Amino acid sequence: MEGLKELEEVRRSDNGLFEDKYMLDISQLTKIYPTPKGDYVVLDDLDLKVKHEEFISIIGHSGCGKSTLLTMIAGLNPISRGTIVANNQTIKGPGPDRGVIFQSPSLLPWMTAYDNVMLGVKQVFGHGTKKDRDDIVKYYLSKVGLEDAMYKKAKELSQGMQQRVGIARAFALKPKVLLLDEPFGMLDSLTRGELQDVLIEVWNQEKITAIMITHDVDESIFLADRVIMMTSGPRAKVGDILEIDFERPRLRKDVLEHPDYYKYREHLINFLEH
Amino acid sequence: MKDRSIHILNFVGLGFFEPAIRLAAGEETKKNLIALFKKVLLPVLAVGLFLILWHAGSSYLYNVEKDFKIETARIASGNSGVTTELERIETGESSINSLPSPVAVLGAFKTLLADHKEINLKKEAFALKVAPLNEKNLEFNRVNADKIKEGIAAKKKPIKYTGRPSFVDQIFTSLKTVFAGFFLALFLAVPIGVVLGLSSTLRSSFNWLIQIFKPVSPVVWFLLVYMIVKTFTLEYDGDVSFIISFIAVGLCAMWATLVNTTLGVSTVDKDYINVAKVLNLGVGQKVFKIILPSSFPLIFTGLRITVSVAWMVLIAIELLSQSPGLGTFVWEEFQNGANDSNAKIIAAMFVIGGIGFLLDKLMFTVQKFVTFTEEATT
Repeated sequence: MEGLKELEEVRRSDNGLFEDKYMLDISQLTKIYPTPKGDYVVLDDLDLKVKHEEFISIIGHSGCGKSTLLTMIAGLNPISRGTIVANNQTIKGPGPDRGVIFQSPSLLPWMTAYDNVMLGVKQVFGHGTKKDRDDIVKYYLSKVGLEDAMYKKAKELSQGMQQRVGIARAFALKPKVLLLDEPFGMLDSLTRGELQDVLIEVWNQEKITAIMITHDVDESIFLADRVIMMTSGPRAKVGDILEIDFERPRLRKDVLEHPDYYKYREHLINFLEH
Repeated sequence: MKDRSIHILNFVGLGFFEPAIRLAAGEETKKNLIALFKKVLLPVLAVGLFLILWHAGSSYLYNVEKDFKIETARIASGNSGVTTELERIETGESSINSLPSPVAVLGAFKTLLADHKEINLKKEAFALKVAPLNEKNLEFNRVNADKIKEGIAAKKKPIKYTGRPSFVDQIFTSLKTVFAGFFLALFLAVPIGVVLGLSSTLRSSFNWLIQIFKPVSPVVWFLLVYMIVKTFTLEYDGDVSFIISFIAVGLCAMWATLVNTTLGVSTVDKDYINVAKVLNLGVGQKVFKIILPSSFPLIFTGLRITVSVAWMVLIAIELLSQSPGLGTFVWEEFQNGANDSNAKIIAAMFVIGGIGFLLDKLMFTVQKFVTFTEEATT
């Protein structure tokens, strides 16, 4: 009996090795909100596969269900129909294997930046030593440029700084998938550019499969390997997919000067305008 | 130094001194003069106006009663009656118990303080007198410790001063009762509030009971507590009136904290809850790291109301329980009906009001220490 179980384990992990070409496999995903006037179908049979170490961004009009999709992947929003398989496991609820960076930084304002990151790190690396955890927190906070503001209360930090902590918190947990829900939507354009650089710099080192919701065409081209364009809701689906073929690591200047940049941009804008 | 003192003053809720300090430092003279006028001078003027109105009102009431007495004497025994009545009023033999004037109240204050000093002297003298006896008793207890344990010998208690308490003693008794009641309310209302806030099922289960008990008056709480505590203290020879009054105060005052805690816990920002979910925090961490800190502002608003209510109902409850505090003082003075009784009652009123104000400021300061928002409700 015991042996059989072990065999089963081996087989499963073997399967994993062969089949984990995709980090995230979403199939026939449907989300229905019941309303007094009947069911409101937000997403209808949506399919999407995301490869290992891929950065995809999802773009679409407001209310097309982008955020619904992301919260379902995060496990914060129940699924009506279909499946989401992340890292070979069908997701059932939220968990630290999927890190989320929310639109509002969602830091706990009464804690310091350090404590905000430590809260999650303690949860994920509870087995490690205190020194290890301390190192992890400090490493990521300095990665996002907060070595001098580590012990400031979150409420004393600017929006941009708070979102930096949000980025550090998400990466420090070493998730398998990183979910970004319009993380820079509330920032001014200067800060937004800065934070995009911070994000891509950390990402270049960690290469965590990332899915980012955005409204910003330039942001999606600069950051993503593929841009998923969603049709307008209700019954939203994947409308079009654009492969962005810039080499990594990318520099903003190189991207902007690349001859293909405007071709990509036009493609996206055309889709959004029709 | 200047900024520091301003910061401290604002912190403890004495921000109205700020312009005076800035003025002393020679900062923006005109602006600070106006601020000083608004924040300090106008309130002082308002107090002055109040004193004038009070004085006028009390002398009017005094004259009405005096005229009535003289008129009654004239009808009863003619002009000779009027002269004797005037003499009796002059000597205080025939007392006029109307609203006392501010001066009379100030006098009553002084009397009360003098009385306190006198009683203190008596206590000291008493302590000196009984000291040898008390020592003897202690010695007896030590020598016969074994016998006392076996129940053969009775333990001798130290002799305590059993004379009348002074006004200041009564203030401290009241404060003791209110603090005991407050902590009872704190330890009952906050945990229950957290549990109710976390579970909507429990919330709706207990909603009716809470709504019914919340508006019950202090007098009824006192009677209810009395009914129950009486049974438990049949063989207890300690201060039962204190126990009854602090429990009644606590039960009466806990509702604001209970309701606010429930509200605070049940309305924690959804973002924070999402963070807890994504991080897979356990129940303990979720409650202590996220839910409690984020509901602190509301909990503390509730606790401030609880302190105010506790102090307010304390007087009524002490009056009923005969616990030797300010409530009892007021009631005994009223029953006493001496010449200066009314003035003493008004003096007690100001003391009660002043202490209530200080308690609220104290809570306000504590609230600022422990909550994360600067915009704590004032």
